Amino acid sequence: MAEKVVITVLGKDRVGIVAEISGVLYQNNVNILDINQKVMGEEIFAMTMLVDISLSKVSFAELKEQLEKKGEEMELKVMAQHEDIFKFMHRI
Amino acid sequence: MTLEFSSEEILETVEMIEAFNLDVRTVTMGINLQDCARSDAKKTGEKIRGKIIQLAAHLRQDAKDIELKYGIPIVNVRIAVTPVANLLGKASLDAFLYLAQVLDSAAAEMDIDFLGGYSALVQKGFTPAERALIDSIPSALSQTERVCASVNVASTKAGINMDAVALMGKIIKETAHLTAERDGIGCAKLVVFANAVEDNPFMAGAFHGPGEPEAVINVGVSGPGVIRNVLERMDGASLGEVAEAIKKAAFKITRVGEMVGRELSKKLGVTFGILDISLAPTPTVGDSVAEILEKIGIGKVGGPGSTAALAMLNDAVKKGGAFASSYVGGLSGAFIPVSEDAGMARAAAEGWLTLEKLEAMTSVCSVGLDMIAIPGDTTPETISAIIADEMAIGVINCKTTGVRIIPAPNKGPGDWVTFGGLLGEAPVLPIKGGSADEFIKRGGRIPAPLQGLNN
Repeated sequence: MAEKVVITVLGKDRVGIVAEISGVLYQNNVNILDINQKVMGEEIFAMTMLVDISLSKVSFAELKEQLEKKGEEMELKVMAQHEDIFKFMHRI
Repeated sequence: MTLEFSSEEILETVEMIEAFNLDVRTVTMGINLQDCARSDAKKTGEKIRGKIIQLAAHLRQDAKDIELKYGIPIVNVRIAVTPVANLLGKASLDAFLYLAQVLDSAAAEMDIDFLGGYSALVQKGFTPAERALIDSIPSALSQTERVCASVNVASTKAGINMDAVALMGKIIKETAHLTAERDGIGCAKLVVFANAVEDNPFMAGAFHGPGEPEAVINVGVSGPGVIRNVLERMDGASLGEVAEAIKKAAFKITRVGEMVGRELSKKLGVTFGILDISLAPTPTVGDSVAEILEKIGIGKVGGPGSTAALAMLNDAVKKGGAFASSYVGGLSGAFIPVSEDAGMARAAAEGWLTLEKLEAMTSVCSVGLDMIAIPGDTTPETISAIIADEMAIGVINCKTTGVRIIPAPNKGPGDWVTFGGLLGEAPVLPIKGGSADEFIKRGGRIPAPLQGLNN
């Protein structure tokens, strides 16, 4: 059964954000179900991804740590949260 | 496959957490300790320790796991226990002090931030055990770190136990005295209540009431920063529109608490009790109930309009929250502590927010006179009279009110007290008016009002 997690990436736009973040996911066998990105204002980059971690090689905690580390390297804020928080907040 | 939520919705949630301090203030496990009562303090202590460690063994770790899974901070993990006054057959001051130490060390061992329930319910009178527990409060709070005490001295059904009110004036003074080197911080862990609730997750007033099950998880959410931000975009909107916006934001905040409560209770195999939909501020700038009132249009909190704006805020939060949770309980409303809210502390320092105005504001929101520093030379009788006023508001309006007041040792109006952490800092407020010594010395019980005769 799919275990869905939402990944949010925020920060200054630059080349390679999607590639780098997707790279971390690929290395850990995490499947991307959907991806949405936009550049707000002049150069603020915002990306939201829905991924399935059910076949991930690493635990959610480890994946989250890797993503946050990648974010730090690229000066981006990267968050990974189980999808239920969005369901609870935005769907009745 | 498409996203089940828009990226706007995702970013809204993320922004609430990252930029506007959305968090779950506390998950509080209520634990029944009645079966631990023995005639001997040592044996009772052993039972208490065993039970807390058994039931709360995974509480901290499970809360951490939920934080990680959803990316939502859980600020405090707490325990509330059966009022300790009911746990000793042979009660003495030393016996209760021993239990306070047992509770404090069990809480430390379980990595629990605060443990509430060093309490007595004496609205109609004291048992010898309750009297001994109350007498032990100053020493207990000065000798422990995590233990919180509360005393219910009034209810709409029983009236106001003025002997207890008089006693609490002395107990508060003594507690401040014994913790004088830390600005009287012991008083920050002591609440005097009217109509105390049995399932409150917030400190210092949490205890596990006699009507509660064996163990229960109660959750308190926070989120003043989120509400304030929503109002940023509402310049010129009518008050009806403002109330609607607050309701919607309160719904979203509450849903997060509901989710955390359900999941934690499932993990622990413990009943999910209630969600307390209070707006609990922190000393962080922006996470302030005072700043919400300013956004609504009150120039200086404490000035004219403050009570009406707070009443509207409190009501809108309840309406939004009530729909978001299956079981709402606890205190559920807006808190207006002074030291724990940077905006309130500022308004108090500038002279806009006075003790008298705070008292008026407590008639339309939850809790009461909360985290207010008063001059260290205030007499016990005056403190008791302040308590009596606040109890009367609770009793007559059929609501919970509390007094958590700090007579700051060796400090006077204009000086500041600093407690640090979530307890924050505040200026010492002056007290106006003459003596009520004769009123307090009369003692006895103010009879239950007609409001209590509703059967």
